[in-house]
Order: sequence, then structure tokens, then C-alpha cells
Amino acid sequence: MSDHEYIPKSKLGKWFNDRLPILTLANHLTEYPTPKNLNYWWTFGGILTFCLITQIVTGLILAMHYVAHADLAFGSVEHIMRNVNYGWLIRYVHANGASMFFLAVYIHIFRSLYYGSYKSPREIIWILGMIIYILMMATAFMGYVLPWGQMSFWGATVITNLFSAIPLVGESIVTWLWGGYSVDNPTLTRFFSLHYLFPFLILGLVVLHIWALHVPGNNNPIGIDVKKPSNDTVSFHPYIVIKDLFALLIFLIVFAFFVFYSPNILGHADNYIEANPLVTPAHIVPEWYLLPFYAILRSVPDKLLGVIAMFAALFILVILPWLDTSKIRSAIFRPLYKQFYWFLVADVLILGYMGAMPAEGVYLLVARVATAYYFLHFLVILPILGAKEKTLEVPLSITEPVLGGSATTSMTRNNLDKNKI
Amino acid sequence: MKSFLKFFLIISFFCLKVSFISAAEQTEKLLNPGWGFKGFFGKFDRGSLQRGYQVYTEVCAACHSMKYLSYRNLSETGGPEFTKDQVKAIASQFEVNDGPNDDGEMFTRPARPADNFVSPYPNEKAAIAANGGAYPPDMSVLVKARKGGADYIYSLLLGYEDPPSGLSLDDGVYYNKYMAGNKIKMSNPLSDGLVEYGDGTSATPEQMAKDVTTFLVWAAEPHLEARHKIGFRAIIYLIILSILVYFSMKKIWSRVESKI
Repeated sequence: MSDHEYIPKSKLGKWFNDRLPILTLANHLTEYPTPKNLNYWWTFGGILTFCLITQIVTGLILAMHYVAHADLAFGSVEHIMRNVNYGWLIRYVHANGASMFFLAVYIHIFRSLYYGSYKSPREIIWILGMIIYILMMATAFMGYVLPWGQMSFWGATVITNLFSAIPLVGESIVTWLWGGYSVDNPTLTRFFSLHYLFPFLILGLVVLHIWALHVPGNNNPIGIDVKKPSNDTVSFHPYIVIKDLFALLIFLIVFAFFVFYSPNILGHADNYIEANPLVTPAHIVPEWYLLPFYAILRSVPDKLLGVIAMFAALFILVILPWLDTSKIRSAIFRPLYKQFYWFLVADVLILGYMGAMPAEGVYLLVARVATAYYFLHFLVILPILGAKEKTLEVPLSITEPVLGGSATTSMTRNNLDKNKI
Repeated sequence: MKSFLKFFLIISFFCLKVSFISAAEQTEKLLNPGWGFKGFFGKFDRGSLQRGYQVYTEVCAACHSMKYLSYRNLSETGGPEFTKDQVKAIASQFEVNDGPNDDGEMFTRPARPADNFVSPYPNEKAAIAANGGAYPPDMSVLVKARKGGADYIYSLLLGYEDPPSGLSLDDGVYYNKYMAGNKIKMSNPLSDGLVEYGDGTSATPEQMAKDVTTFLVWAAEPHLEARHKIGFRAIIYLIILSILVYFSMKKIWSRVESKI
């Protein structure tokens, strides 16, 4: 944070600011010193904020026309698609917006993993982010139930049934979640209510996430601490604002392509069949962004252990700052970690693919190996790597990697150039 | 700019992956007669839509409902675009239940353009009972509710064959090479010259299948033309804006010694 006290120029501004220092906050946000070497992977924070606001705004409009009732929900979605002015646009933006939101959040998370942004002193930012991510998954899942198509209904049945694996009280918990003895109207109405609530919880957590970020400031591709403000930083406005805007526009082109030219490619055809409790679809597949966890769930033969494994896969991410023992943040200076990082990316993609395939034969085998590797990465490889890995020399500042002109300097420089994206 | 190449590669890999997953399960290769409504400027063939409506109403509508459409939709922009008077005439051929009137009685009256398409059966149970235990699905969003979409519907309509030797089918079950499990309870609905097109197009099964599928695509996605039109403009707008923002960004960052 900038140290100097901000004093508004106008008298009215000063009067107001003394009572509610909102201008000080605005000043802090515009002046906020940001490392100048941030690459485009750092623009996804802004993109995600945009996604959240888009989802909330389109969601508000959809809620004006949607009817949360088991007999009427499917028809009300068709009403939105056909009769509401530009309803098709609003719904397609909302539905594809969820996918784009997850695409952005996965890039954001993997950026953090690559550059070690979760490490001290940014653990709280990371944990808040993980809570946001988990809430996002819950929100998206409940949103997918609302159109009351076949995948909505059966997805809800499968996911809520996971809780029945809990010993003794499992069945009662599931009945309590459903509000009855099967997924039915009470389930739909409570999901609608919570689907409306959760985005505002996420919004609150995003404020905390950004607040926590503004205490130590951004990490950066080199992963060293930056003196602020200094030659190494630029003010948030206009430098980062214009860069984030440019990245957002590129992102929006991809977004628009999905919305206008293949709005249903990310969904499942069965969800255009109205929910029917008497007909089970051939394959019950969750939305693509949940597939890696779905694969982990199914790769464990025991139901309870499967559920535990799935939640453990998330919890392990929450405690990641203490699993990764390396003091060096950026993978640029961690040659071994860099390789394992890409193995992990491949592993998660494989898990996602296996989650979409039927759980049998070679698919199941691959999913099991990938699940084992996922846990191996976080529980074994990361702690050992922190202790054993020979890291490269880290420059002292962003502007001038002062290392005294040794051979390592040029190497560091080369690495820097290579990784500057 | 190297970064953008990477970024786009990753995005396109992601898109490819998604389409692979959806393509992986298809067994029989679907037929594709070449659809005019696909692509950046995709539009419906008006004549095909009108003929398609004729096939739907004379053939399919005997069993299949289309409850989310209204007769007025038939005259709306981007659809078959019948004239308002034509739609009034079409609607008036159907009877709808209305009421209660001032005496508390239900009554029937001719349908108006504002009414929803009249369903062939009073309810789902009646439809199942009349069709040998199989429910003829509502056709409002049928194209979007089937993997393969338009290609699938078109193929299914033309996919009737004699069952391979050794496979015996029950009464009322037919062999279709595109149906999952190959067994379908709908008999081959199309035969040469089944309908008589007003515009003189010869009513081959291929022509009828193409027309009715086009009509069903419109029924499932009535704003498709508007979507393509707005989408093209939106993307052009975004591209121009991002070029402008790119150069502003270059200008602003030129004050700082740093690559972006």
C-alpha cells in the first residue's frame, strides 16, 4: 500500500472523505503499485471479476422470468429462449458464462501453481481463493439443476446421493437435502434459493481476496519480493487497467464465439429433455469443469472412500502452502518442479477426460493411475522437492537482476526471456 | 505476441478436447446434406422451412406435439415467415379448449395465432397408450435434445433398413441403423410423394427429411438467424476494439521500460 496520506483536492471531497474515506480507497486502488513484469497470465484476476459480475447481472434478469417449480421450470426456460426479448442471449451468456468462468479460474489457479503465488506471505489469498472455487462449483452445480432437464435431475440425484455414503446419518442427511424422499420440487426450490445466494457470498469473498492481495501486493513471474513503490512497479491505473482490458477483450472474443456460434457445445443434449424420474439417461455426466473430481470419485471402488478422496483432492489444495516446502516461489528457478508442474497439468487433463468416459476397462485403470498421481504430486513430490531440489539463482530485483556478471546471470536472464509471456 | 499464440493454442486445444469428447461416442457416421443455417452467416432456407412445416403438420404432428411453439411464431422474422393471414388460416384449422366462460362452462373454439401448437394427445399417458408403449417425444427442442443434432434427425429419418439376418423384431418395432440399439418404435415415416409440395419441389424422402429437419432446427432455435447476425457484429466490434486498445496499451507502456 502506498504510504503517503491522500488528501482530496476539493473541499467537498475532503469533507466527505473525512467521514467516509472512500476517495482514499479509490486513490489506493488507482495508485496500487504493481510489479511491472506481470505477464498475461496475471490478467485473469480482472477477467474473473468480469465473469462474476456478468453472471450476477444475467442471473438477475433470468430470475425475473424463470419459475422454480418442478412442473414449470423447463417450460419457463423455453419461455425465456423464445418469448423474452433477447432472452436467448441472456441465457446463453449465463450458461456459457459459467464455463468461461471456470476456464478462467483454472488458468488463474494454474498460474498460481506455476509461479508459487500461494506461498508466504500470500497463504490467506490462496485459501480465500480456494473457498471461492469450492463455492463456485456448488453454485454451478445448483445452477445446472435449475432448467430441470434430464441431466439436471440425474446429476442432482447422483451428487446429493454422495452424502448417503456417510456412515449412520448419511441417509437422513440426503433426505434433509432433498426435502423429501427423492429429488423433487422442494429440492429445486432450495437449489434456486441457494443458487441466488451463493454468488453474493462469492462476491464478498472476492472483496476479501483482493483486500488480502493488496497487503503484500502481487507476486510476479520472478517470484521475488518487490520494493513498492519503486522502479520495479507501475501504478495500477493506467498501466494494469489497460492491459487487463486488452486481455479481457481477447477473452470476450472467445466467449462470444461460444455464445453466438456454439452455445450448446459445452452442455449435454439430454438436458433439453424435461426431467423424468422414471427414465435414467445412459451416461450421467457432470459439466466439464467438475469432471476431474468426478473421475477421482469413480476411480475409488468404495463409495465412502471415493467421496473422501474427492473432497480430499480439494482439501489438499487448501493446505498447499504448507505442502510445498520450497522457499523459491517461481517455477522459473525450479527446474525439477517445472517438469512436475506440467505432469500435474497433464494429469488433471487426463482425469477430466476419464471423467467423461464410462468408468470401465482401460478408462478406469487410467483414471486410477491419474488419481494416485494427483495425490502423489501434492503429498510426496512437493514436500521432497522443497528439500532436495537444486534451484537456480534468483535475481535481486525485477529491473536489474544484479548478480555480479557471472555465468549464472546470463542464464537467469535467458530463462527470464523465455518465460516472459 | 508469442504469449498470444500460446494462449490461443491452449484455448483451441481446450475446444478441441471438448468436441472430441462429444464426438467420441458416435458409432454410425451421420449423414449431412449440407445445412445452410450453419456457419458465421448461416440462415434458414425460407422455402425449406415452409415445406418443413408442411411435412411436420401433415406427417409428424399426428403423433408428435410441439407444445412450446405458438402459431404466431410461424410468421415471425427468421422463421418460415408465413404471412399473418396465412398464420390465421393455419391456426383456425385447430380446435383448442378454452374457458370457463361466464356460465362456468369449458368450450372449444378455433385456435388463434397467439395459441400454442395443439398437441395430438390430451396427455403423455394417452400418447404412450396410442403408440405401443413408446412416447413420441415433443418436438419443440428435439434437435437440441439429441447428440448430433440436425444430422442425427436427418439420418434417423433416412436410416430405416431391413434388419440384418438373424435379428427378429417384435411387432411394432423397426430397424434403424442410427437409433441407439437400432430398435425404434416409430415406423418409417417418409415415403416418396407422401406430401404434395405447393411450390412444385418433388417430395423425395431425402427432400422431406431435409425440409422437416430444417423446420425442427428453427423450432428448437427460433432466434438462430438473429444470433448469427448479432454474433458476427459483436465479434467484429470486439476485434476492432481490441486492436485500438492494443495500440493505446503500447503507447501507455512506452513510458515504462518493460515488455508487455
